[in-house]
Amino acid sequence: MTQDEHKEGFKGMANPSRYGIERVAYWLMRLSGLGLLAYFIGHIYETSNILRGRVGWNEFLELTQTTEGHIVLAIVIAMCVFHTVNGIRVMLGHGGVGVGKPARPDYPYDPASQNYRHKIGIYSAIILAAIAMMYGLAVMFGE
Amino acid sequence: MAQVSSIADDQSSKSITLRIARYNPEKDSERQFMEFTVPYEKWTTVLEAILDVKKHFDHSVAVRYSCRQATCGSCGMIINGKPRLACFTKISELDSNIVTVEPMNNFPIIRDLAVKFERLFDTHHKIKPYLDRDDTELESDAKEFLQSPEELEQYIQFANCIKCGLCNSACPTMATDSSFVGPQALAQAYRYVADSRDKGKDSRLKIIDDSHGIWRCHFAGSCSQVCPKGVDPAMGIQLLRGYMLGFRS
Ligand code: HEM
Ligand code: SF4
Ligand code: FES
Repeated sequence: MTQDEHKEGFKGMANPSRYGIERVAYWLMRLSGLGLLAYFIGHIYETSNILRGRVGWNEFLELTQTTEGHIVLAIVIAMCVFHTVNGIRVMLGHGGVGVGKPARPDYPYDPASQNYRHKIGIYSAIILAAIAMMYGLAVMFGE
Repeated sequence: MAQVSSIADDQSSKSITLRIARYNPEKDSERQFMEFTVPYEKWTTVLEAILDVKKHFDHSVAVRYSCRQATCGSCGMIINGKPRLACFTKISELDSNIVTVEPMNNFPIIRDLAVKFERLFDTHHKIKPYLDRDDTELESDAKEFLQSPEELEQYIQFANCIKCGLCNSACPTMATDSSFVGPQALAQAYRYVADSRDKGKDSRLKIIDDSHGIWRCHFAGSCSQVCPKGVDPAMGIQLLRGYMLGFRS
């Protein structure tokens, strides 16, 4: 408690539990962005194995055929779909689209920017990500 | 940890445990909570409960307040985990037998519940919170600057800001970035940019077009969810950004 600025810090930033679904979306967006970045780097590393010739390539590809590999790929699919769909929502919002119009506020002052359009966007991103992940799992484990 | 009961206990059937964060940066190494049993009625506010504690048990609890009616913006604090105005939050609406009050996050602590507002006022001032133009309507022979009701509607919601800082306390960017302008000042930037009487748009936009300015907002919306005056800073920020990006006129 000795820090002067009394900033809430990383724990406060990353706590998605207090400010509604919008803050959950913010948190998932950051997490999926970083997850995709990690996957992207891993992906470049993995595909560079082709330089070791056919055997090296096939050896490495087997990693994705394991149960763990399937689960990781399913999570990547979910992150990809959520990040893309929510990313489109966030970009529209950042451009001032669908955030409501200024008006005289009335009690109880429900904020117009936290409206159903953006909530539908967030829930759609989550549901589509779940469906895509389940489809991916069905294909990978159904082989 | 102290536990004391109010003398007024037997006059009221209902009471809560009020947990107050105590911390003096000059003396204490860490925050401690003191617990008090405080009676309440349907209409009792958290501020009244704190003042009850000050009156009956411990006058040294540091708390800032003035208007007691959500107008001066002094009494912001974290109440049961969320930034709220103590004078505008009834104990009965919290639906809890324990009410915990802590100083607002992202503001330096003076003592206990009182925090420093210097940075909020600095960033507020930085965006030039006044009509920026060469002429004036204040001289006796000058004409009033006219405005239609539609033009007023464009910014009046943002003019409701009481500088309580709850939005800055809830903001996830403020939580980690010491240089961020913050939702309060950004919403005020929109308030003046959207005012048809203002002529200082370009210089104002230059101030917030900064690496720790408007682009640091991720539209998490927490500011708008805690604002007690319906300012909806998140809306103002996105409208302003839309304008700066050329999506809006
Ligand atoms: C069509 C695909 C994509 C769209 C529409 C998209 C959109 C976005 C948007 C709008 C943000 C900003 C979110 C905010 O302001 O909070 C963002 C952040 C980010 N994205 Fe993407 N993105 C896409 C693909 C990717 C990919 C493929 C990667 C990784 C290689 C990635 C990595 C990141 C990272 C690391 C962040 C920063 C997260 C943060 O700081 O909150 N994105 N993306
Ligand atoms: S925008 Fe709302 S929460 Fe932020 S300082 Fe102004 S009144 Fe307080
Ligand atoms: S005492 Fe003035 S806003 Fe609460």
